[in-house]
Amino acid sequence: MKNPYRTQNIAFFFLLVATLLIVVPVGLIVIIIIQKGLPAINWQFLSEMPRQGMRAGGIFPAIVGTIYLVAGAIIFALPIGLLAAVYLSEYSKDNMLTRLIKLAIVNLAGVPSVVYGLFGLALFVVFFKFGASILSGSLTLGIMILPVIITTSREALESVPYSFREVSLSLGASKWQTIRHIVFPNAIPGILTGTILGLGRAAGETAPILFTVAAFYLPRLPKSIFDQAMALPYHLYVISTQVPNVDEKTRYGTALVLLALVLFMNLVAIIIRYRFRKKKKW
Amino acid sequence: MRRLKEFIIEKLILVCGLASIFFVVLIFLFLLKEGLAVFKTVSPFNFLFGKSWYPISEPAQLGILPLILGSLMVTVGAAIISIPIGVGCAIYIAEIAPLKIKEILKAGIELLAAIPSVVLGFIGMVTLVPLVKTVFHLPTGLTALSGSIMLAFMAMPTIVSIAEDALYSVPKIYKEGALALGATHWQTIWRVMLPAASSGILAAVMLGIGRVIGETMAVMMITGNAAVMPNSILAPVRTLTATIAAEMGEAVVGAEHYFALFAIGVVLFVISFAVNVTADVCLHKRQ
Repeated sequence: MKNPYRTQNIAFFFLLVATLLIVVPVGLIVIIIIQKGLPAINWQFLSEMPRQGMRAGGIFPAIVGTIYLVAGAIIFALPIGLLAAVYLSEYSKDNMLTRLIKLAIVNLAGVPSVVYGLFGLALFVVFFKFGASILSGSLTLGIMILPVIITTSREALESVPYSFREVSLSLGASKWQTIRHIVFPNAIPGILTGTILGLGRAAGETAPILFTVAAFYLPRLPKSIFDQAMALPYHLYVISTQVPNVDEKTRYGTALVLLALVLFMNLVAIIIRYRFRKKKKW
Repeated sequence: MRRLKEFIIEKLILVCGLASIFFVVLIFLFLLKEGLAVFKTVSPFNFLFGKSWYPISEPAQLGILPLILGSLMVTVGAAIISIPIGVGCAIYIAEIAPLKIKEILKAGIELLAAIPSVVLGFIGMVTLVPLVKTVFHLPTGLTALSGSIMLAFMAMPTIVSIAEDALYSVPKIYKEGALALGATHWQTIWRVMLPAASSGILAAVMLGIGRVIGETMAVMMITGNAAVMPNSILAPVRTLTATIAAEMGEAVVGAEHYFALFAIGVVLFVISFAVNVTADVCLHKRQ
C-alpha cells in the first residue's frame, strides 16, 4: 500500500506548482510593462496631443477621454445602483420578484462586454440618436458597471447590524429616515469600495466603447458630451494592431498608463476596505 | 408633507430596484429587434450551421459555424488549462498556504483579475505569440492555442476566488471528523472537502468559462482573426465576440451585415444567460 504521506507530498507539490503558474506570470507581466513602458513616460507623453497618426506626441486626449467616460458612467450608475441596493437590502421581501431581480443582476454581470457595445450602439447611438459620443459611451459603461455597484452596495448595507435600525425605529423615526441617517452613513466605506472597483472596471473596458464613443485619432479635446473622444484602452488596442511602426515604447507606455490607472483605483478601494474593517465599531 | 416626500422616495427606490430587470429585458429586446431581421435573408439553420462567413461578398454568406467553432475551440482549450490549475491553486490557498503567504497570494490573484483585457491582449501579442510561433515552428503564432492560454489567465482569478470561497464554507466538522479518523490532510481534501464543495467549484468553473466566452479584446489581438473553419488548435481562428468587434466598424447601419452581427450578439447573450443562470443555481443549491 502506498504511503499516504508520500501521496500527500506529491499532491501538495503539484498544487504549489499550480499556484505559482498563476501568480508568477502576473508579476512578470507587471514587471515587463513597467520596464518597457517607463522610458516612454515623461510629462510630454502625458500632456500632449498625438501627432503623425500617433507615432509621436502624447496621449493626453486619451487620458482625458477615459476620465470623462468613467465620470459619466458613475454619474449614471451610482444613484440607480445605490437605490436598487437599498431596495434589495431594506424593502424587498422573500418572493419571486426578488429572485427575478437577483437573477437579472447576475445576468447583467455576465453579459459579454461586446454585447453591451452592440446594445449601446442600438439604443443610444441609433435609437436615441445621440450618435457616437461621450454620452452614449458613458451610459453604456454605466449599465455595464451597474451590477458591481448594486452587489457591493447591498453587501455594505446589509452588514450594518440590524440593531441599529431597530433602535432608530423604536425612537420614532420612519423607515426612510432610518436608512438615510443611520444605515447609509455606516455603509459608506463599503459603498465607496464598490464604486471605485466599478470605476476601475469601466476605465479598462474596450469593447463597449468601440462603437459608442471611441475615436481613432482625435488630436483635440472633446468639447461637449456629444463629441467623440479617444480613450486609453481603445488607444492601446489601435496602436498595437492597426498602426504600423509605432515606437515600441509608446505602446508599452500607453499600457503602463492604463495599467497604473486601473491598479491605482483598485488599490485605493482595497485600502478603504481594509481601514474600514479595522475601524468598525461593531 | 414629509409623508408625501417619503412616499415618492420609496417609490423611486422600488423603480431602481426593478431597474436591473428592466435593463436585461431592454438589452435582449434591442438585440432581437436588430438581430431577427437577418432571418429575412438567411434561414436560422443556415445561419447557425452554415460553414462560410463572407458577409461582404455578393451574395453575402452568413454561416456562423466557423465562428462558433472558433469560440468553442478557444473556450475548451482555456478550460482544459484553467480548471486544473485554478482549482489546484484554490485548494492551495484555502488549505495549505501559510497565513501570511495566503494574503499575498490572494492579492496577486486580485491583481490579475483587475488587469484590463486589452493590456493582457497586448502582452500576449508581444510575448506569447512569438513564443508559440518558435516552439511549434508555425508561420504565425496567432493561433487558437495562444488564445486559449491567455484566456485561461483571465478565467483563473474567477475560478480561484469562487472555488476558494466554496472550500472555505465546507463545514469544519467534515474536515475535523476526517482528520480525527486518521486521514492525512490530502486525503481529507481529496475525498471529503472537494466533494462537499463540488457544486460551488462547479459554479466557479462555469463563471470562469462564462468570462472566457465573452472575452473580446484579448482574442482579437492574439487569435489571428481568420473566420474560416479551423482545422487544428495551431491555426488562426476567430470567435463570435471578435467578429462583432472587428466587423461592426464596416457594417452599415441597417444593412444585412449589421443585422447578422446583432444576431451573433443574440447568440452570445443566450449562451451567457444559460451559463450564468446555471452557475447561480449551483451556487444556491449548495445552501
